[in-house]
This record gives sequence, structure tokens and C-alpha cells, in this order.
Amino acid sequence: MIRVRRSTVIDAPVAAVWEMVRDFNGHDRWHPAVSRSELESGRRTDQVGAVRRFRLSGGEQVRERLLALSDRRHSLRYTIVDSDVPLENYVAEIALRPVTDGNRTFWTWQSRFDAPPGQEAELADLVAEGVYSAGFDAVRSRVERRDRTRPATVSVAARVPVQSGAIEGEGIVMARHGGPGVLVPAAVQAPPPGPGEVRIRQRAIGVNYIDVYCRSGYFNLIQPPGIPGMEAAGEVVDVGARVSHLAPGMRVGYACPPVGAYAAVRTMDAALVVPLLDAIDDVTAAAGLLKGMAAEFLLHRVHAVKPGDTVLVFAPAGGVGNLLCQWARHLGATVIGATSSDDKARAARAAGAHHVIQPGADSLAAQVRALTDGRGADVIYDAVGRDTFGHSVAALANCGHLVSYGQASGDIGDWNISALASNSATVSRPNFAHYTDTPEKVASITTRLFDALVSGVIRIRANHRYPLAQAAEAHEALEGRRTTGSVVLIPDGESGLDSAGAGA
Amino acid sequence: MPEVFTSAIIDAPIARVWEVIRDFNALPAWHPLIAESRIEGGAPSDQVGCVRAFRLKDGGFIRERLLALSDYDCCCTYSILESPMGVTDYVATLRLMPVTDGDRCYAEWTAEFECEPDRADALVTQIGEGVFQGGFDALKERLGG
Repeated sequence: MIRVRRSTVIDAPVAAVWEMVRDFNGHDRWHPAVSRSELESGRRTDQVGAVRRFRLSGGEQVRERLLALSDRRHSLRYTIVDSDVPLENYVAEIALRPVTDGNRTFWTWQSRFDAPPGQEAELADLVAEGVYSAGFDAVRSRVERRDRTRPATVSVAARVPVQSGAIEGEGIVMARHGGPGVLVPAAVQAPPPGPGEVRIRQRAIGVNYIDVYCRSGYFNLIQPPGIPGMEAAGEVVDVGARVSHLAPGMRVGYACPPVGAYAAVRTMDAALVVPLLDAIDDVTAAAGLLKGMAAEFLLHRVHAVKPGDTVLVFAPAGGVGNLLCQWARHLGATVIGATSSDDKARAARAAGAHHVIQPGADSLAAQVRALTDGRGADVIYDAVGRDTFGHSVAALANCGHLVSYGQASGDIGDWNISALASNSATVSRPNFAHYTDTPEKVASITTRLFDALVSGVIRIRANHRYPLAQAAEAHEALEGRRTTGSVVLIPDGESGLDSAGAGA
Repeated sequence: MPEVFTSAIIDAPIARVWEVIRDFNALPAWHPLIAESRIEGGAPSDQVGCVRAFRLKDGGFIRERLLALSDYDCCCTYSILESPMGVTDYVATLRLMPVTDGDRCYAEWTAEFECEPDRADALVTQIGEGVFQGGFDALKERLGG
């Protein structure tokens, strides 16, 4: 039995390395010795038991089966099923461990196998150097931090001069998961943009409930320490090579992962950033891009709302709920808002809700049926979650569609889908990331959103503005349900605070 | 149960690093927070089950039992019997793994314990950054960083 072990240190967080290597069928995208790889019999790449079939650069065919995959331990094991290379009883393991001292990754790749007599040393060297060490180098070149690996002089200055050196600005850093108090002001740096990147001076930053989930750890989008936030608007400082749709001085916005928006300056993937129309100011964009994009795909892609539909919207005074009311009414639907207070009921009516109901003596389902001649709602947009899910199912019309897009009151828990047979209900659980993860999708969604904004179909109200340094207070207000409309953070020295007081 | 995870790269061969840390009685020789140490009952320091009694430079007194020691895996596990930290069920493991690329060494120090809930964050920070990373920094200084 031959044993081979290689290990190295990659100067990137473990999540970045794991994202690349966990894809069992993705090694042809990074490993220089692997040409085209495919999965057999329609299995998924993270399905234990999946078999990948690929060719080495020398033409040899290899089939390997995934034996184990652990996202907790950042490890996977696989075995060779059959191969033109004479490796017998081959079992290999990839394991990543975080190096907390420097936020790096320790990567071990090891295996044991038998080889024909006389070929042991040659095959051990092929595995150790040709496969493992070569794989380390390939991943390293893709994920290591640009500012350390890039030579000091790079010819990205061909089109537009890039300011040398990082720009510093204020930001919010989350040292760990927890309550609003973990959001602490700190200086942050925006490095010069590399190829495909843009550097933005941010004028207004959106606060969304997903930021609360990231902060608390409910969503695993941020590994502390890190900068939260997914939405901002501002002005392009400079762009790297191969960026053709943006230029210095342009006004831009974005609303998408990766997180990192709570900062006065940011360098990020330019493909995720869209130019803003002059008619849409920075505060409106930061207040409404994420919520507006969500409303766009909820009303047009998750479910296509049509004239005559009855649409029930929970939290109609909230960020997304308010836009859903305005836009669904414009689409010709009868809009019912469900809310908890008279103030919020007024906001819902102002947003276009035809009817507003409040929980009380009568159940939600009874109130909805009373408004619809007993039919129920054709589509329900519910981001409340645990407290309302069952009531929503009961309030649906036959063949109605419950779109569960959030869980402000807590996780929905386990439901028996047999219960949906009572009205042939459909339930969707859309995730923002899956509707906005390519430049094409973002462009398509923002085109329709900007049309709706410019033509006045929807209006976005940034009712609450806080200085960026007071992000913790903004989260407290949002979680305390003390907000109506959108909450934005304004970096120090920007003009957005002049027109309205902090925490209006 | 609060957990501590601290890891570092030490720029020295694993055998050299292991030689320093495998001695359960050698903390004062390499860890900056430890003033003196002895093994109770005069037992050898690599006898699984032995107890080290040591004093911190700030005066604190701690007793720990060696639960496992492996020269094959370069790792040792121990528990706290007595300490001023206010923790119970404290078990820690110090482990080394080779970095073949450069003949360096990956060092990982983990612990889990029980304590009053409102002290958990502070203890995780104190142990992870003060005790564990402080020890790694000293090893890096001494053996190569």
C-alpha cells in the first residue's frame, strides 16, 4: 500500500477555497491535468455516490466516485472506480482547515493505493506532484488575494488611469455573529480594482432584513470578521481592465451578494453593478434596488400576477410589501394588505391596497374569504414566516400560490405537504440570490424596475436615514418593527442626511 | 457549548515543533503566560493520566489532566481539573499537521467547555486570542514565523 500526502497553505479564507474544490464535477475548470469532466446518470455534483468521468491531459480516462462530502469539515473523499492509469484500491481525501492566524487555509490532499510492481515511485510522483501539487498551484492562482499576488505594476491603465493604492473610508465591521451591538464602526480599505472590478465611492447604503439574518448568523453569507450589507449606490472612482459598461464618474448601484456594502468605499465585481438613470437619485436607489428587484421577480417571475387576481400582501407597510402593493395594483390585481396596526394600515392604503385586514377576532382566512366572495387569495406574498404560514395556506383560493419569501417571525419549521391538498396549493420559497446571480438576470430585472420607477408605477420612500456609523441603531429599529418604508445609511460627509434627520 | 478554534502556520518542521510541545510539563519553557509547572506525584510528563499543576505569571493556579497523547498524530488532549476561569467540562486539543509545501507545520488548538452564558464570548476571546494565539506567537518567534 502506497501512501501519498501533500499539504499547503493558501492565502485565502477557507470558504473561498472550499467553494472551488467542493464541486466534485468542477475540477475541469481549475485543474490543469483534467480536461472535460462529466457526471454520470444525472447525479448532482454534491450527491454522495456520484461518479465523475473525465480525461487527463494525456488522454487517459478516469472514473471516480464521491464517497463522502462534509461542508462542516470542508472535506471530501473519493475513490477511483476504473482508470487507464494503473492505480488500484485508490482512496483520496481533500480536507481544508481554517488558519485563524491570517484568515488563510491549510489544505491537505492525501491518498492510499496499490500500484503494479516497479511502477510505485513513478505513480506516487504522478499523484503527488502531477495531481495534488499542481492542483494546489491552480487553485492558489485563482483565489489568493489579488493585492498580494498581483505584481506591483499591472497594465490596467490602458483605458482609464487607476489610482494607485487603496482608498480608505469609514465602514462597519462585524466581529462575530450576534445582536446589533456587533456592528462596529471601523476604517475599511478599497484596493485598486483588478481586471473585471470597479471601485465605488458609496453615497447611500440600503439596510435590509437579510442583513439582520447575516448579522445573527441565521444566513451563512458572512464569516466574521466581515463587512455586512448587500445594497448601495454611489459614483465610480475607477475601473479595472475588461470593464466596458462602467466608467469613472458614472452613478451606479447594486443589490446582491457578496456582502460588504456597509462602507464608504468598495471594490467589487463590476458585472454586478448597474448604471443608474439620472431620474433615480442615490438615496432612492440604495433604498429601493434590492427591494425593488425582489418585488420585480416576485410579481413577474415567481408568480406572474395578472389582471383580476386577488393578491394578499403581508407587511404591506414594510420595504418589499409596500412595493408589492403599488406594483400589483398597477398590474390590475385586487390587493389586500394584512398588517398589525392602524398606522401601518394607513401606509398600506397609501401604497395602493384596496383592502387592509388586521388580525383580530376573525381569522385571516375568514377575513380574506369575506372580501373575495368565499374564494380566497390567488397569490399570497408572506415574509412573516412561522406565525403566518398556516394562516396563509388556509386563506388561499383553490390552486392558489403561496410565495414564502422570508421569516421575520422565525423559521417556518416542518410542514406536511399533504395539508396543501385542502386547496391544491402551490408553495414557493424563492431565494434572492438565485434570481440575481448573473449579469443577464440583473440587467433584465433592473430594466423593468427602472421603467416602473421612472414612470411612477412605484415610488420608493427612504423614510429612515442614519449615519453609517449608527448601523447598529438602524438594525435595532428594523428589528423592533419601528420602521415604515426603507432604511438607508449615509456615509459621513455625504449629503443625504441634510434633507432629513437621522432616524426620522 | 462554547468552542474555541485557533490555528497558525509555524515555519519549522513538524518534528521540531512537536518536540517542544509534547512535553506536558514544559509550558513555562515556551508559553509566555506560564510561570512554573510540575507534574503531580512525580509521574513522567508523557504518561497519559498525569496531572500538571502550574502557575500563571498573573498568579492564577491551574491543574490539568493529560487525556491523550499521540506521537503518530502529533496531538495531545487534556482537561482542566481546577482553574480560576470559571469553566467546567473544559477539554482542549493541541494538534500539529505537516505542511509538505515548504516543510512547515500547521498548528491547531481547540477547546470546548461550559460556563455562565453571558461570559461565553469573553472567554472564547480570552482563550482563543490570549492563551492559544499567544502560545502560537511565542512558538513562531522561537522556531520561525
